[in-house]
Amino acid sequence: MLVSLFFLVTTTFVLMNAIPGSPLQSEKATSEAVQKNLEAYYGLDKPMIEQYGIYLQNLVQGDLGISMKKKFQAVDKIIKESFPYSLKLGIASVITSIVVGCLLGILAAMHHRKFLDNFAMVIAVIGLSIPSLVMAPLLQYSLAVKIRAFEVAGLNGPLDYVLPTIALSAASIAFIARLIRSTMIEVLNSDFIKTAKAKGLAGHLIVWRHALRNSMLPVVTFLGYLTAGVITGSVVIEKIFAIPGLGKFFVQSVSDRDYPLIMGITIFYAVLLMVCRFLADIAYVLVDPRMRAGGKGK
Amino acid sequence: MNKDTNRGSIRPELFQKIDRSNHVFEKIERARLTAWQDIRYRLVSNKLAMTGFYIMCVVLLFAIFAPIISPNDHFTNDLPNSNQAPSWAHLFGTDDLGRDMFERTWKGAQISLFVGFAAALIDLIIGIIYGGIMGYYGGKVDEVMNRFAEIIYAIPHLLVTILLLVVMEPSLTTIIVAMSITGWINMAWIVRGQIMQLKNQEYALASKALGAGAMRIIFRHLIPNAMGPILVTLTLTVPSAIFTEAFLSFLGLGVQSPVASWGTMINDGVKSMTLYPWRLMFPAFFLSLMMFAFNVFGDGLRDAFDPKLKK
Repeated sequence: MLVSLFFLVTTTFVLMNAIPGSPLQSEKATSEAVQKNLEAYYGLDKPMIEQYGIYLQNLVQGDLGISMKKKFQAVDKIIKESFPYSLKLGIASVITSIVVGCLLGILAAMHHRKFLDNFAMVIAVIGLSIPSLVMAPLLQYSLAVKIRAFEVAGLNGPLDYVLPTIALSAASIAFIARLIRSTMIEVLNSDFIKTAKAKGLAGHLIVWRHALRNSMLPVVTFLGYLTAGVITGSVVIEKIFAIPGLGKFFVQSVSDRDYPLIMGITIFYAVLLMVCRFLADIAYVLVDPRMRAGGKGK
Repeated sequence: MNKDTNRGSIRPELFQKIDRSNHVFEKIERARLTAWQDIRYRLVSNKLAMTGFYIMCVVLLFAIFAPIISPNDHFTNDLPNSNQAPSWAHLFGTDDLGRDMFERTWKGAQISLFVGFAAALIDLIIGIIYGGIMGYYGGKVDEVMNRFAEIIYAIPHLLVTILLLVVMEPSLTTIIVAMSITGWINMAWIVRGQIMQLKNQEYALASKALGAGAMRIIFRHLIPNAMGPILVTLTLTVPSAIFTEAFLSFLGLGVQSPVASWGTMINDGVKSMTLYPWRLMFPAFFLSLMMFAFNVFGDGLRDAFDPKLKK
């Protein structure tokens, strides 16, 4: 994990320095002295290796440098201010995906090869097929512009979360539903479910207590990737719904070519993802008792 | 009567010689299918998958021929006719510079599909070579190569792609290159798993005994036998590549104007969605339709290759 992170930091640093031209160049003519001062301010007058060393050192202390376009704001401050919006939206989306996805999947598995199953799976395929950058404007247009049931943009009241969350969760809902359905069908045919049925356990108890726990396993592994999907999705969604979150700043920094900000957010995203994957691995062990005893194999 | 059943009464003229040349022994009533015929049969009988397949074909045909046939030109600006609603002159309306949306939608389809297929193809080539070597040699080689792949894989691939595109000049080639840099790993792992299963089979051993080199065994014997999962992964790579391209174009990192892909057109369309919804609807619809078709077809293909689902 740390190796990957180091690899990423180094690659980003090299890439950012490989770009021809100085990021401080602007259309306005600046005097030599100003240019020198600016370079000194950003530490660009030092040799590359030293710059790299300083960057690493600062990184360990949580200092991501200073934005070049946003009026000399510190990158970590920008992240600190914008991340809560993204976090709230992300959590809402993850919860929605898991709950709705599981419900759809269970429903489909319980009515395997019947109408409800086909219906749920068609919804899932459609959800997978409509990318978030299509889903979001469509929702915005139909529910906010035409019907005016929701605000078009912004994130002020709890109702404002509805549209972005739907747009952000659609793909993962579909994915989880399909995952749950296929494992659930397998689990429902296994011996211990038959035993439970033979004991005379009620149908819903079998599903909720016995089958679901076993079907959750692949979903737990999927959680790490779910966060990745939510992050990439949030970049689009935040842009469309004008939410002042991290994704929006990322897009902005990319179009402004604000290198410290791009680097900072990239590293932040990468750390976030790796932590989430790590947590997913831990959760996997917690959910599956078989992993605890042996601790070998996946 | 009694005499006839007697043994002595069996005379040679009572027997008839059967013409054996046309006789079929142990006739199997059900048609015997080779593995590929079986897969094709199961794929064709999957209605949803075939729907996806036909949609793909139709969109592909339109993408190729519609720009040629259509009288309008997608580059020419026609400012007096900007933002026209769909009509007979402009089937899908026009955009803010008066360019015909019908024309642009199919030109965009060309770009999007080209990126999708090219990225998938590069993934396929790198993935087969890397995965093939990983799987065949095993041991130390496998460990080192696998660790390297894992390191790259741990980095969110979209971030890397975006970083690369920030650094490189945005163009069609750079998009494809940037996407392939991280995209091949999945394919490599699929191939690795397959090769590891197959390399201990008798035919691989026989080939080895006859003096075939590693490369010959991998590419002539093992890869063709691993074609099923590879094909499935390939089909599912294409829509994700198309989506990534649309996503990048949406961020302004994709193909640059005046060339348009579905992603850039959706990006333009979103801005003017309240006033001119058709500028969003057509590219958005076809993008979703194509993703749907590929996903459905890929699922069908996977089911067709899966012997467990055989009825």
